[in-house]
Amino acid sequence: MSLTTADVQKVARLARLAMNETEIEAARSQLSGIFDLIAEMQAVDTRGIAPMSHAQDVAQRLREDKVTEANQREAFQAIAPQVEAGLYLVPQVIE
Amino acid sequence: MLNSSLQQLGAALRAKNISSVELTQLYLDRIAQHNPGLNAYITLNPEMSLAQAREADARIAAGKAGALTGIPFAQKDIFCAKGWLTTCGSKMLHNFVSPYDAHVISQFNDAGAVNLGKTNMDEFAMGSSNETSYYGTVKNPWDTARVPGGSSGGTAAAVAARLCAAATGTDTGGSIRQPAALCGISGLKPTYGVVSRYGMIAFASSLDQAGPMARSAEDLALMMNVMAGFDERDSTSLQRDKEDYAREINKSVSGGKPLTGLRIGLPKEFFAEGLDGDVAKAVESAIAEYRKLGASVVDISLPNSRLSVPVYYVLAPAEASSNLSRFDGVRYGYRAPEYSDLADMYEKSRAQGFGAEVKRRIMIGTYVLSHGYYDAYYLQAQKIRRLIAQDFTEAYKQCDVIMGPTSPSTAFKLGEKGDDPVQMYLSDIYTIAVNLAGLPGMSIPCGFGANNMPVGLQIIGNYFDEARMLNVAHQYQLATDWHSRAPQGL
Repeated sequence: MSLTTADVQKVARLARLAMNETEIEAARSQLSGIFDLIAEMQAVDTRGIAPMSHAQDVAQRLREDKVTEANQREAFQAIAPQVEAGLYLVPQVIE
Repeated sequence: MLNSSLQQLGAALRAKNISSVELTQLYLDRIAQHNPGLNAYITLNPEMSLAQAREADARIAAGKAGALTGIPFAQKDIFCAKGWLTTCGSKMLHNFVSPYDAHVISQFNDAGAVNLGKTNMDEFAMGSSNETSYYGTVKNPWDTARVPGGSSGGTAAAVAARLCAAATGTDTGGSIRQPAALCGISGLKPTYGVVSRYGMIAFASSLDQAGPMARSAEDLALMMNVMAGFDERDSTSLQRDKEDYAREINKSVSGGKPLTGLRIGLPKEFFAEGLDGDVAKAVESAIAEYRKLGASVVDISLPNSRLSVPVYYVLAPAEASSNLSRFDGVRYGYRAPEYSDLADMYEKSRAQGFGAEVKRRIMIGTYVLSHGYYDAYYLQAQKIRRLIAQDFTEAYKQCDVIMGPTSPSTAFKLGEKGDDPVQMYLSDIYTIAVNLAGLPGMSIPCGFGANNMPVGLQIIGNYFDEARMLNVAHQYQLATDWHSRAPQGL
């Protein structure tokens, strides 16, 4: 399968990955090769087969809706790129 | 000491023939001497390691030692360890000192084991050669011009070079078994859900499973006893009774042939085109040895296993693209130094923080999950995943374990597959189906191929059959000495 430059640009934007033209072109060629590999899957007849999302068919465990984690804000914020007064700082998004 | 089993090390420590501080220092000295040439470790912290060793010695003196108390282990750098730099092989986490312990780490800590350091790995466990690590490639101790395999390549190299007593790995598509094979050591990927994923940095959550890597099946069993067990913090951790993985290790049919009655399935697809002749020869010799030990051989077929690579390269990237969306430069990890607004900060932090292979997989995953493609890729892959799992269910009606090669070739040269991701992906052709089905799989050394590089025998068990697999591997290791060979010069 051959991806277009526009396909790759769209995927890069959805994935929040900044890419220049050279990188887009390199990715286009490599991803096309990988999708050729994946294409082998398309010929398989899977009518009536239930999708398998997990290795074990077990139901999701539920727990009581109560707080179980201790507050570790200081430990967590100590490794953040930018914090102030207990808040994570990011570029302004609302004028 | 360096070639002692974990059981022997534990006994020597409890008998006070050696202290944990002495043993830890012995390994730290070896690491200082040999790691610069191998690059097996990303992070060392002798002060923290020795502090744990002193605690272990106190525990031994108090008579409260367990099987692994005082023994120095290396931990793959995918496991969060409190106070330790935890990078997952990525620039994205170059400054991430974990504020908490993964379940696996706390299990080792509770056992009184010493953390010697964090081992190198492919970035976010995406790779089969350890060449995608931001911290430089790991060299294979058997030939430093060759790769150690991946993604647990640092662990495999450290165990093979005797730079730790044993170590941990994780396996999403073969990342324990393939490097174990390429470095001539033993490794076990347990049944999915047996070892908690809490604090293990996620790649593809429905496939990721942690396991032990060591010099023998006996050692793997002792480590499984510490690593396995229910943990409510992992939503897919299985609620099962605690088991002793060493309970069957010495099981032997009386009267000569210890494995009499064992039926070994040989899938014809694992011995077809694409398998190197030297690997085939070593694996066939191992099967012949198993016959001598009393096992019988059954020809089986896993007809859909050829689809496991394409299916994996839809499902694993899809899950990865979702898991890795958390790395956005806001709460921890890398943030780009310059940006114009919030979207630009995300895009630049991720573009600069992730390496090429990780970006490639995020893009594959994003594409297959995007509007209009979901049914054709993700859903179709999940349906074929069931067909692959059903092949194994059918096969286990005729046999007890399945055997074959772990990898189609021995360790390849550094840089040999660098420009072609598809060629690299195909090196996991025999291991991936096991992850898709959620079965336990292991690799043990079974000889040497061309260029004197180690060959691995893969043993695939039915669900929760780890104790039997360890017995099957142990009986082979009693009859042969491939597992005790060590690379020269170390």
